Amino acid sequence: MSGAPPPSGDRLTLEPERYELAAGPAYRFDVDRREFVKLLGGGLVVMVAAAAAPAQESGARGGGAGSPPREIAAWLHVAADGTVTAYTGKVEFGQDIRTSLTQAVADELRAPLPSIRLVMGDTDLTPFDQGTFGSRTTPFMAAQLRQVAAAARETLLDLAVAKWSVDRSALDAREGEVVHAPSGRALRFGELTQGQALVRTVAADPSPTPVSRWTVAGRSIPKVNARDIVTGRHRYTSDLTRPGLWHGRVLRPPAIGATLVSLDASGVDTKRVSVVHDGDFVGVSAPTAAEAALAAGQLKADWKTSPQPSDGQIFEYLKKTPPETRDGDGRGAGAQVSGSVAQARAAAPLRLEQSYTVAYIAHAPLEPRAALAEWRDGKLTVWTGTQRPFGVRTELAEAFRLSEEKVRVIVPDTGAGYGGKHTGEAAIEAARLARAAGHPVKLVWTREEEFAWAYFRPAGVIDVKSGARADGTLTAWEFHTYNCGASGIRTPYDVANQTVQFHPVRSPLRQGSYRALAATANHFARETHMDEVARAAGVDALEMRRRNLKDARVRAVLDAAAERFGWPPSRTPARGYGLAAGTEKGSYLATGAEVSIEPGGGVRVRRLVTAFECGAVVNPDHLRNQVEGAMVQGLGGALFEAVRFEDGLITTDRFSRYRVPRFSDVPELDVVLVDRPDLPSAGAGETPLVCVAPAIGNAIFDATGTRLRSLPLVPSGLPK
Amino acid sequence: MPLLELQINGVSRRLDVDPERSLLSVLRDDLDLTGAKYGCGEGQCGACTVLVDDRPTRSCLTKVASVAGRPLITIEGLERSGQLHPVQKAFAEADAMQCGYCTPGMIMESVALLRRQADPAAPEIVHALEGHICRCGTYDRIVRAVRRAAEATKGGTG
Ligand code: FES
Ligand code: FES
Repeated sequence: MSGAPPPSGDRLTLEPERYELAAGPAYRFDVDRREFVKLLGGGLVVMVAAAAAPAQESGARGGGAGSPPREIAAWLHVAADGTVTAYTGKVEFGQDIRTSLTQAVADELRAPLPSIRLVMGDTDLTPFDQGTFGSRTTPFMAAQLRQVAAAARETLLDLAVAKWSVDRSALDAREGEVVHAPSGRALRFGELTQGQALVRTVAADPSPTPVSRWTVAGRSIPKVNARDIVTGRHRYTSDLTRPGLWHGRVLRPPAIGATLVSLDASGVDTKRVSVVHDGDFVGVSAPTAAEAALAAGQLKADWKTSPQPSDGQIFEYLKKTPPETRDGDGRGAGAQVSGSVAQARAAAPLRLEQSYTVAYIAHAPLEPRAALAEWRDGKLTVWTGTQRPFGVRTELAEAFRLSEEKVRVIVPDTGAGYGGKHTGEAAIEAARLARAAGHPVKLVWTREEEFAWAYFRPAGVIDVKSGARADGTLTAWEFHTYNCGASGIRTPYDVANQTVQFHPVRSPLRQGSYRALAATANHFARETHMDEVARAAGVDALEMRRRNLKDARVRAVLDAAAERFGWPPSRTPARGYGLAAGTEKGSYLATGAEVSIEPGGGVRVRRLVTAFECGAVVNPDHLRNQVEGAMVQGLGGALFEAVRFEDGLITTDRFSRYRVPRFSDVPELDVVLVDRPDLPSAGAGETPLVCVAPAIGNAIFDATGTRLRSLPLVPSGLPK
Repeated sequence: MPLLELQINGVSRRLDVDPERSLLSVLRDDLDLTGAKYGCGEGQCGACTVLVDDRPTRSCLTKVASVAGRPLITIEGLERSGQLHPVQKAFAEADAMQCGYCTPGMIMESVALLRRQADPAAPEIVHALEGHICRCGTYDRIVRAVRRAAEATKGGTG
C-alpha cells in the first residue's frame, strides 16, 4: 500500500478514545422547562440551543446536524435581586472549572464575579451533558456559557432601551448594571427584570468576546469556593447526611471473576441490619457505619473463583489474546499506512526495533467512590461523585427499571477523579441498599475497595520499528499499541513511510479512562524510541527532534522548553538530562528532565521543565496549577506506580503498598506557558503529564547508559 | 456504655459511643464534623488530621476513648469570629488546592507546624508534611502557602 492512507486509517485517526465512549441512550425525555422556569421565580431566563458542533459535547443526543435545535446546551437566570445562576452539566473535580466557567460568565455578562453562582452536575436542573472528561470543558462549555451570558446581556440592554427609550449604542453593560452615560442613568440587572418572568431562547451563534476584550477571564483569581474548602465547610458526597440516614457496606468477592455460590446471613441481626443478596451482589446497611461493617463481617459467603492472570505474565497475555471485537465495524482495528515501512527500512542505514510496556495503574483519588441514595415516592435521588452525572442516571434507570425522569443524580464538587470516576458503581450499590432498607443509605468505599474494585489505567505493550538515515532523519516508522488505547498514537514527526496500528485486547483487569489516557503510554514509547534513534545516530536529542519536525506548534514548545531548561546541558557527574515532546487533545508540550543517581541506585528527579501551549490562556494561575499537578501525577506513573495482582487478587490495595508521589518526591517544577491568544483554548487538565515519563527515562539513560523501556521505570531503584 | 466527654473546638460534648471507635468516625458520623476526611484509614494519607493537645493526630487511627477530656481542634474550629486562620487564608490565596480533599488535613498539620516553629524553611515544611498525600499534586503550592502563612504571622500569633 502506498499514497494516501486507506479509509480504515481515517477511522483510526478520528476514533475518540475508546474508554471515553459514552453513547447516549436511544430515547430521551424532555425536561419540562415550564416547570423549571416556575421553580426559578421571577427574573430573566436565557437558554442557548445547542449548535451542531458543541452539541456532541453537551445538549444533543440523537438528531444529526440537520435536525432542529431542540436541545438546550446551557441556561442562565438573572434574578430580581441581581443574583445570576448559570447551569451546566459539567462537574468540578479539582480542575477549577467552577472558577473558570464563572469567570467566563462574568466576563460576557459584565457582572461582578461574586454575583454569579454556578449550578453544576444536577440532572434535574442542568442541561444534558456527556460528562466531564477529555479536556473538553474549556473549549466547549466555556463557549456555551459565554454565549448564554452574552445573550442575557443583550436582552438586558433591550430592556433598558425599552425602558428609557434611548439609543442602544449609548448603553453599556458593566459591573452588573446597564449604564446610559449621556444621562448618567444606571440600573442594576435585577432591577431591569422588574420581577417579571422573562424567557428567551437563542440559537447558538458562537461569537464570544475576543480574548483581547476579556476582563475577568485571562486573569488569575483564586478558586471561587476556596473559603468553603479551607474551612472544611464544603460537603463532598462522603460528607453528606440525610434524616434517617443508614450506612452501607458491600461484601466483595475474594478475586476478580469470582461468582457467589451461597450466602449464609444467619449470623447477622436482621432486626437491626438490612441484608441484600441479589445475584452476585451482597451488601448490608445499618443505622451506623460500625454496625454495617460488623454485619458484613458476619456474612459467610462461598465464592467460586476461576483462573486469572497475574502481573508477571500480563504483557505476554496482552499480546497473545485475540483482538477484542468492539462493534460491528471493528473500529480501532485498522492500520494507518502510508508508504512502505518494509522497503524504507531495508534501505535505511539505521534500523531499530524495540518493545515498550506500561503497567496498570490506579487513579487513587483521595476521596474514594461514594454515594448517598434516597428513595422517595418512587423517585430515586443519588448524590455521588461521578464525572458523568447523566450517564450514571442512565445506569441507575436501567439497573432499577425506572424511566430516567424518576432518577436524579447530583454531583457535589468531588475529591478528584482523573478519569477514574466515569461510572456509577457506588451509586447503584447505595441505591440497591437504600431500597431494601427503606432508609437513605450512604456508601463510602474503603481505600482497599477503591484500589481493588475501581477500574485501572490500562496496561499495554507498544512495539516500535524505525528506519533512519545516518544523520537521524527518520524514513520509516512502525508503531503497534496493544490494549492501552489509541490516544496520542500518531507521531507528530514527519516520516514518509508509516504503519500505525492500535490493537484492542480484552483486558483481564477492569480498565478505563485515565487522565491523558493512552497518550502517556504512546508518548513514552515514541519519545524513548526517538532518543534511541538519536543516540544510534550520534545526534543531540533536541537537534534530532527538530530535524524530523515540521509542526510549528510542537517546534515552538520544544524550543521554549529547551531554552528554559538550558539545552544542551552542561554535564555533572551522576546527573542525566532528557527531553520529550508531543501533542494531544489540541495542546502542545515539551518536557525536559534532570535526574540524579543516588548512592544505592535510587533515582531522584531534580527538575522538570514543561513548555505548554493550549491556545488562549483563560486563567494563567490555574493553568499553571493544572500543569504542575499533571507533572506530579505523571511522576508517579513514571517512577513507581504499578498495580500488582496475583490470580485475580489486587495486592496493591492500600497506600502502604501502592506508592504515590509525596512532598519529597517533587522536583523543581518549571512551567513555561506559551500563550496563543489568537487560537481557541484547548483543555489542559491532562496532556501536561504525557512527556514526563519519557523525559525522565531518557535522562536516566543519559546518566547511566541503562535504557529502561517499562513504566514504571524504577519501582525499586535502578535494575542491578 | 459510659459517657465519654470530648472537648472539641472549645466546646464540651458528652457522647454515648463505643470507646473503641475511631475518633474520625465519631467526628464525622456522630458529630457531623466532616472537615476531617477519610482517605485511607491506615495513617498513610493525613486527610483525617486533627489536633489533640495541639499535636497533629491521625484521627482514623485514634480510638475515641483515648482523647477523652483532651482539647481537640478540627478544621471547623480554626476560624475566629468569621476570620480565617492565617494558614487557611494563605492556602486560599496561594490557590494551594485542586479538589481540596486533602486541604483540611494539610492545614491542620501546617497549623501545628507553625505553632512549633514560627518560621520553617521549605525543607522543614516538606519534612513535616511528608505523611500527607495530595493526589492532585499541589505539593509545591502547599509549601508556598505555608511559607506565606509564616510570613504573614511573623511576630504574631500562629
Ligand atoms: S485517613 Fe487517616 S491517615 Fe488517611
Ligand atoms: S487537592 Fe486533591 S488531593 Fe490535594
